[in-house]
Amino acid sequence: MSKYVADVIIIGAGISGNSAAYYAAKKGLKVIVLEKEMIGNGGSSRNGGGVRISGRDPREIPLALYAVNNIWPYVKEELGIDCEYDRCGYMVCGYNEEHKKGIAKRVVDAAKFGIDMELLEGDAIKDRCKYVSDHVTVAGWTPMDGIADPLKSTLAFYIRARELGVQFITGEKVVKLNLYKGQARQAVTEKGDVYEGGKIIVSAGYYGRELLNTVGLDVPIRKRLIEVIITEPVRPLFRHMIGGMSGFYGHQTKHGSFVFGDNSGKESFMAHIKEELTIAGYVSTVCSHLGTDLPVLKDLKVVRTWAGLTDMCSDGVAIIGNVEEVPGLIINIGCSGHGFCTGPATGYVMAQLANDEKPAADISALSYERFDLGEK
Amino acid sequence: MSKYMNRSADIGEFAPQDDDNLIICRCEEITKGEIRQAVHLGLWTMTEIKRFTRAGMGLCQGQTCSKHVKGIIAKELGISPLELDDVTARAPMRPTDLRVLGNEVSSDE
Repeated sequence: MSKYVADVIIIGAGISGNSAAYYAAKKGLKVIVLEKEMIGNGGSSRNGGGVRISGRDPREIPLALYAVNNIWPYVKEELGIDCEYDRCGYMVCGYNEEHKKGIAKRVVDAAKFGIDMELLEGDAIKDRCKYVSDHVTVAGWTPMDGIADPLKSTLAFYIRARELGVQFITGEKVVKLNLYKGQARQAVTEKGDVYEGGKIIVSAGYYGRELLNTVGLDVPIRKRLIEVIITEPVRPLFRHMIGGMSGFYGHQTKHGSFVFGDNSGKESFMAHIKEELTIAGYVSTVCSHLGTDLPVLKDLKVVRTWAGLTDMCSDGVAIIGNVEEVPGLIINIGCSGHGFCTGPATGYVMAQLANDEKPAADISALSYERFDLGEK
Repeated sequence: MSKYMNRSADIGEFAPQDDDNLIICRCEEITKGEIRQAVHLGLWTMTEIKRFTRAGMGLCQGQTCSKHVKGIIAKELGISPLELDDVTARAPMRPTDLRVLGNEVSSDE
């Protein structure tokens, strides 16, 4: 006999797990969330806060559109906590003809989904953002893109889910899933506690892979390190999100500090990352790129840096949904560094799946079965 | 692994105190009352409190207030401060100009 029984057991208290718990509890389901560390300690808190539709893989656009149109604008009203969502637009900076071609292609791709995106050249660039340097010769502008505070958003869904009676247990590491008559039924923890649920949701970032392995499933994902710098707070300079073809991406928060991440080029080759460690070369890279494109930031002080691990999927998009092979199991894994924006929509859809409803957004292209080798 | 915490455990109702408007985190101007209220919202670790209230997230990175923040959380939860993990210390040790960190030449510019 299990000590703990619920309609839904969720493994992982990130933004997707917390929002799944919140929406499932609103449907009247009894939910238990198990988290090996603390609330929102993975990629949900360790990201740039972009709520971005541009530059996304077509397969995840329906989910991202659902998030941007149906969830993010109403999060503050729904949860009563300001998660600082702002549809402020996103400017991507390019420096040469090749970048111009790339941005032009994004404009065409975006139009296919009815997403408004514009290519800026000459004076139009500085009209949009007077702080960019002459190094920037071409830019893309997507007004629909926005930002939100990852820390507050992730915790806000937790706070309200907990108030609705969801039982959250942190420091409780699930090490094994058990099947009963072929159905996902139990989550067994390191201490030996057994949690039993009608549905089991695995939304545990990279760690989810080990758990899926215990029921004979595997997903092609790897870890990737991301690092971010945060500056001292200053007066508002520009409201929109900005990124560069050199790799940086970020924005100024409502608080006044700038938050920027980047790609140093080494991340893809770091094979044995165990912890979230900041690496000296990375900070230099982001500061150098920022100084080149946004010289106004050179005089700001960097207050802190942090690192995080993302779960990169081999084909670049998350694996979300039911798994045919294991009925009762719902997974969300391999968000590939863009799972924050889609997080609350992923939670919403997973809560619907847990309640045997048809998902509100089309997630069929994100299925686990897309990796099947056999003929269909 | 983090300490086991059942977040549904009863820690009692939030009761206002006379010194709730006392500023604990001076960099971000976060009061004792704000920290205590956050604990009653379910934020039971130093890191969660930092991420939600910004206590310890300012220029000094909690070097001044983190001990006090820890004491307040522990008292509210009715546990020893020793049971609470510290937040991760973040580089750089002192606020550093972005131009210095991004300087690509070794001689002075």
